[in-house]
Amino acid sequence: MMGFFERLREGLTKTRKGFVEKVELIFAGRKIDEETLGELEETLITSDVGPGAAAEIIAVIREEADKGKIKDTDDVKELLKKKMVSILGYSQPIVVYGDRPFVILAVGVNGVGKTTTIGKLASRFRSQGLSVLLAAADTFRAAAIEQLEIWAKRADAQFVKHQSGSDPAAVAFDAIVAAQHRGVDVVIVDTAGRLHTKSPLMEELKKVKRVIEKAMPDAPQEILLVVDATTGQNALRQAEMFDRAIGITGITLTKLNGTAKGGIIFAIKKGLNIPVRLIGVGEGIDDLRDFNPEEFVEALFS
Amino acid sequence: MLEALSEKLESIFKKLKGKGLLKEEDVELALKEIRLAFLEADVNFKVVRDFVQKIKGKAIGKEVLESLTPGQQVIKIVNEELCELLGKTNSRIQLSSNPPTIIMMVGLHGSGKTTTAAKLARIFKKEGRRPMLVAADLQRPAAIDQLITLGSQIDVPVYYSKELRDPVTLCEESIKKARADARDIIILDTAGRLHIDDSLMSELKRIKERVLPKEVIFVADAMTGQDAVNIAKNFNERIGIDGIILTKMDGDARGGAALSIRAITEKPIKFIGVGEKIDMLEPFYPERIASRILGMGDVLSLIEQAQKSFDQKEAEKLQKAIIDESFTFDDLKDQLKKLRSMGPLESILSMIPGFNKIKNLNVDEKEFIKIEAIINSMTKKERRNYQILNGSRRRRIAMGSGTTAADVNRVIKQYVELKKMLKMFKGKGGLKLPRFLPF
Repeated sequence: MMGFFERLREGLTKTRKGFVEKVELIFAGRKIDEETLGELEETLITSDVGPGAAAEIIAVIREEADKGKIKDTDDVKELLKKKMVSILGYSQPIVVYGDRPFVILAVGVNGVGKTTTIGKLASRFRSQGLSVLLAAADTFRAAAIEQLEIWAKRADAQFVKHQSGSDPAAVAFDAIVAAQHRGVDVVIVDTAGRLHTKSPLMEELKKVKRVIEKAMPDAPQEILLVVDATTGQNALRQAEMFDRAIGITGITLTKLNGTAKGGIIFAIKKGLNIPVRLIGVGEGIDDLRDFNPEEFVEALFS
Repeated sequence: MLEALSEKLESIFKKLKGKGLLKEEDVELALKEIRLAFLEADVNFKVVRDFVQKIKGKAIGKEVLESLTPGQQVIKIVNEELCELLGKTNSRIQLSSNPPTIIMMVGLHGSGKTTTAAKLARIFKKEGRRPMLVAADLQRPAAIDQLITLGSQIDVPVYYSKELRDPVTLCEESIKKARADARDIIILDTAGRLHIDDSLMSELKRIKERVLPKEVIFVADAMTGQDAVNIAKNFNERIGIDGIILTKMDGDARGGAALSIRAITEKPIKFIGVGEKIDMLEPFYPERIASRILGMGDVLSLIEQAQKSFDQKEAEKLQKAIIDESFTFDDLKDQLKKLRSMGPLESILSMIPGFNKIKNLNVDEKEFIKIEAIINSMTKKERRNYQILNGSRRRRIAMGSGTTAADVNRVIKQYVELKKMLKMFKGKGGLKLPRFLPF
C-alpha cells in the first residue's frame, strides 16, 4: 500500500505542485473576495475541470465564505478537497467476479492508450495469479495486432487474433469461446480507436458487444472507456457517446504523468456517474494504478 | 468539427441582432458568453482573457455603436481577431533549396504522428516528389510495422532497422540512404514523448542538431485541453518547431487547442487531419476555420474539395439547373454519386452553411444507396416533375426499389426541401454560390 501511494504521488507530483502552489499563491495573505474566487475558478478551469463544474465548486466556497467559515488558505484547501472528493464518490476498482471468463471490452477514441493500458492490465491480472487472454479486435489500424501481441508476450498472456481487416466481432467471439474451452479467467478485448462521432464505427462497436453477449450472456462484465488525461472538455462528449452506444461501466484515465490535470473526470462522474477505475501514470508495465478518489484528491492537495 | 462553438456564438449574436444600437452592457454580455464558449471549447484561459480584452477594446465605442447592424459588427470584429490569432494565410511546408528536404515529426504519445507522416508522404508523392519515410520510433511496440504497412499502402519506401537502438544514429543513417536512393523528401517519424521528459526531449534535440531538418512539425491532437499551451510551449522552446499539424479534427472537439497552440508558439498550423484514411489530410486555412467558428460554414473548403472530384462541364450543368430551378431527380442522383466519391459525408456536409445547425446529422451511406434505388425506379417523366408522383406511382416506386412507401415519401420530401434550399442559395445576394455545390 505504501509503495502504491508513493507511486501515485510521484505520478501526480507535477499536478499537485502546480495546483497547490497556485491555490496558495492566490490566497496568500488575502481575504476571500470576488477577485480571489475568480482566480481560483481559473485555476480549476486550467485543470480541465470545465467552466461548469468549476462554477459549482466556486459557488460552494463562496457560500461558506459568506457564512464566515473560511479564514485562511487551509480552510479553502480543506473545502476544495471535500467538495472534489464528494463529486468523485467512493473507490470502485475492477473486481473479477462470477463465471469465467470475466470479459473486459476496452474502447476509446484514437491514440488514448488503449493497447498499452490492456498490456499493463493483463500484466497486473497475471501477477494476481489469473490467466489472461488478449483478443486483437483492432483489425483496422496498421500493426495494431502486432502491437498487442508484443504486450501479450510481455505480460505472459494468451493471444487470439485474426487477419488484419477481418471482422472485430468475430475475433471477440473466438477469443471468448477459446477462453471458455481453456478455462481462462480474464479476456480483454482490444478494439480499434474510433471517434465517437462516427456512427458506422459506433455501430460496429455495438455489434462487437452483441456478439460477445452471444458467446457468453453475462459478458462483457466490464466495458472500459480509456480517456487521455490531456483531453479537454471533449472527453465528456466521448464518455456520453460511448455510454449511449454500448454502456460504459468504468473509465481508465491515462497519461497522468504529464502536466495535464485530468480535471474532466469530475464532469464525467457528475454527468454520467461512471467511476474512474484505473489511472495510467507512466509507460512501464507497472504504471497502472487503481483509482482512489481520496488519494487522488489528497495527492492534489497534500 | 467546430460546430458547437459556432452554435453558441450564433445564439449569442442572435440576441445582438435587431437591437438597433449596441449598448456597452450588451457588448459585455456578449463577451461574457464568448469567454464561456471559448473556455468550453478548451481555448486556454489566458488566451481567452487576451482575446476578450482585445475585442472589448475594439467593440465598445463608436465603431460598434454607430454601426447600422451592431450584431454583424461584433461578428466582424470577432472574426478578424480570430483570423489574426489563427494566422493570416495558409502556410505550406517549406522545401529545401538543396534536397533532400528533411521533415521531423514530433509530439506526445497518440497525437497521430505515424499516420500523419504517411499522409504527408502521400501528398508529396502525388506532387511528383520522391518521399521516404523513416521509422524512428523505437519505443512503441510495432510502431515500425505500422509505418511499413502504411508505406506499402502508398507505395513509399520506409527506412527502418531492427538492429539500431539509437534513434539519433538511425536518423543519420536514413539520410545517407535517402541520398543514395535520390529521395528528395525525408519524413522522420519520431517516438511520442512527454514534453517534460528530459532525456527524451534532449534526444529529439540531438536528432535535430544532427540531421538539420528543414521543418520540425509538431503534431497535436485537436481534442487537447488546457494543457495544450504547456505542451506546445515546451516542444517549441526545447526543440524549436516550424509548424503545427492538428489531428482528429473530424471529431466534435471544439478545437480550442488550435487557438491556444497558435497563440503560444506563433507558428503556423499547416495541415489538419480529418480522418483515419490515408488521404484525409487537408491544408489549414485560418480564415475558413475562423468563419466556421462563427457559424458561417466553410464554403471555401467545400469548393476546393469539390473541385478535385467534379468535372467542370457537369458543374456548369448543375449550376444552370440551380439557376433555372430545373433541378431534377436525375441531377440529385448525379450529385449524390459524386458526393460519395468526395470523401466522408459528414465532413463534406459539415462544411455547408446551415448544415452545421442540424443536430445529430447521422449520415448513413446505406441511405444513399436507397435513395439511388428509389430514383432508379422512377420513370423519366417522374424524375423531371415530382408533382406527378401520386399515391399509386409512389407505391410502384417503392415496390420497384425494394423500399417502403414511407421511404419514397421521405426521399421526395428531402428532394423538395433541397430544391427550396437551392432556390435560397440563388436568391441570396450576399452569399456567393459555390460554383461546385455538390447538390
